[in-house]
Amino acid sequence: MATNDVSPQDPVTNPGKNRMIDPKTGELRVLAPGQTFRSVTEKIARIVLTSHTPLGWLFGLVMAGGLVAMMLTAVMWLFLKGTGIWAITMPVAWGFAIVNFVWWIGIGHAGTLISAILLLFKQGWRNSINRFAEAMTLFAVVCAGMFPIIHTGRPWLAIYWLFPYPNTMNVWPQFRSPLMWDVFAVSTYATISVVFWYVGLIPDLGTMRDQAKSKFAKYIYGQMSLGWRGSARHWMRYESASLLLAGLATPLVLSVHTVISFDFAVAVLPGWHTTIFPPYFVAGAIYSGFAMVLTLAIPIRKFYGLEDIITMRHLDNMAKVMLATGLIVAYGYGMEVVMAWYSASHWEYFMFWNRMFGPMGWAYWVLITCNIVTPLTTLWSRRLRQNVTYLFLIALVVNTGMWFERFVIVVTSLYRDFLPSSWGTYRATKWDYMTYVGTLGLFTFLFFLFIRLLPMIPMSEIRMMLPQAKVKHEAELQTEAGD
Amino acid sequence: MPMREGIYGLIAEFDTPTELVQAAKAAYASGYRRMDCYTPYPLEEAAEAIGFDEPTEKGVARVCLIGGLIGGCAMFGLETWVSIWAYPLNIAGRPMFSWPAFIVPAYEWTILFAGLSAAFGMLALNRLPAPYHPVFNAPNFRDGATTDKFFLCLEAADPKFSVSESRAFLESFRPVSVVEVDH
Repeated sequence: MATNDVSPQDPVTNPGKNRMIDPKTGELRVLAPGQTFRSVTEKIARIVLTSHTPLGWLFGLVMAGGLVAMMLTAVMWLFLKGTGIWAITMPVAWGFAIVNFVWWIGIGHAGTLISAILLLFKQGWRNSINRFAEAMTLFAVVCAGMFPIIHTGRPWLAIYWLFPYPNTMNVWPQFRSPLMWDVFAVSTYATISVVFWYVGLIPDLGTMRDQAKSKFAKYIYGQMSLGWRGSARHWMRYESASLLLAGLATPLVLSVHTVISFDFAVAVLPGWHTTIFPPYFVAGAIYSGFAMVLTLAIPIRKFYGLEDIITMRHLDNMAKVMLATGLIVAYGYGMEVVMAWYSASHWEYFMFWNRMFGPMGWAYWVLITCNIVTPLTTLWSRRLRQNVTYLFLIALVVNTGMWFERFVIVVTSLYRDFLPSSWGTYRATKWDYMTYVGTLGLFTFLFFLFIRLLPMIPMSEIRMMLPQAKVKHEAELQTEAGD
Repeated sequence: MPMREGIYGLIAEFDTPTELVQAAKAAYASGYRRMDCYTPYPLEEAAEAIGFDEPTEKGVARVCLIGGLIGGCAMFGLETWVSIWAYPLNIAGRPMFSWPAFIVPAYEWTILFAGLSAAFGMLALNRLPAPYHPVFNAPNFRDGATTDKFFLCLEAADPKFSVSESRAFLESFRPVSVVEVDH
């Protein structure tokens, strides 16, 4: 790892930083030294079980709640008036709803990547961040799932027929359509994410039950923990269930954004009809997801003083994952341009020229600046990767860039099609913006509730990572006795 | 429910996982079978010591496999039935049985059913939810087993169990405490 040559800091002037570097390997430590099973448990459980609610938390919740109210207003007006209040019309019949849907689902992907793929690869450092990354997945999927439902304008009239059930009209869905694939991909993703998250929570809920002082909290956590008692037999089955769920969530997470990219790639529209979409959508999803994890983790670790558990090592590793997936995304952008030229198709060529230099070309260059130029030139630097403020800013930049990526794909492929007489433009209305910003509020609102009501870091997995968690074997015991 | 006679067992509390595993191994070696370890995080060695081996048992994996197969076959069957018999749609003369398109939802349902089976199968095999269990009656259990202590419980149902002898046996490992667990 590149932290090998971190210059040995003077322990007198900089004890904090030196403490976080393992003298044996010279690498950043995953967890700060000197923690016990009880100290980590109490540190994490206290955030929830304290009767003191921080003012900052309350302020955040109220602010987010305000945005939720704004979203509800916009959605209510939508239900009263119909989708005419949005900017969608011919030729841009897909607008903010699909842009936001794809963006939110993508953000969710990092949570599953951290909880599933990194578990299979035995990346121990994931343990500190997997719980809230998974919670982020759930809330992102909630925000994403809202858009396909509300974009029908009259959801109670226009969603049920997507589900295959024997209805009075004797009509069945069309399974050859990517829209149907989406229904199954997203609903499976939401269900499995909830189950995986809850299974992960069970032992910690047991801890919460035993740590809680108030009778009400004991009862609620007791019920939610399903009577978990930490039996060795239970743990082994639990571990194999977790591993199986991780093994299942891995192909699932790769399939979800692939299926979403089929919504575009299966259409015969220049700008959409391309085989690079599935891999590049998945990489982009992970890219934006890690940016969102950083956006959440950096303020939370600061606010709750969790720097010993969510350490620089985590931030550094996440920045590296962003760098890697960012490069895949850059390759995707490059390939799109190359294919537009190499296809020798007039329409492809024109679409791309128009995407870059047409009236909405500015969006393309915002995307290139936010996703490629800024992060991929600077994240190589260890100094910048370990600069918390810089990382936070770059995470916001990437989140913005990824939103623009979806916007560019949807809007600039549509607004100037084959017939110049049908060209148009797209300008989002205030209702579009209110709904989008409102989902940011909904996401934050749910997240604030989560960090106040449930342990945001998996305590049992942190205990497992402490050095004293290992069983010492005979030989080790003898050498200790000899000393 | 009729009151059960006698006690549920004896529970010994240890400070480190190493002591627990040593005691559990010795108990297994001297013939105890009805026993369990309680740890604040998954400890493979503890399960091995009491003779439980999930990789060999494969209970959860089996349930998961069966669930996945059922889910995948059910969705593929539904798609085939809907597209060929229930509601055939001729779109540009494409084949009714367009199986490549059916793979996507079938794949998703394989994962859905396998995942749900793994989670619920794990709970069922563990006999959870179980809001009541006798070990919770041990006064030191609640603050330890889910935080930082390691417990070995020898159950009275074991033919080798006797209150005095088993207590002496457990105490020979110098635990923090040995207490009787009521039903």
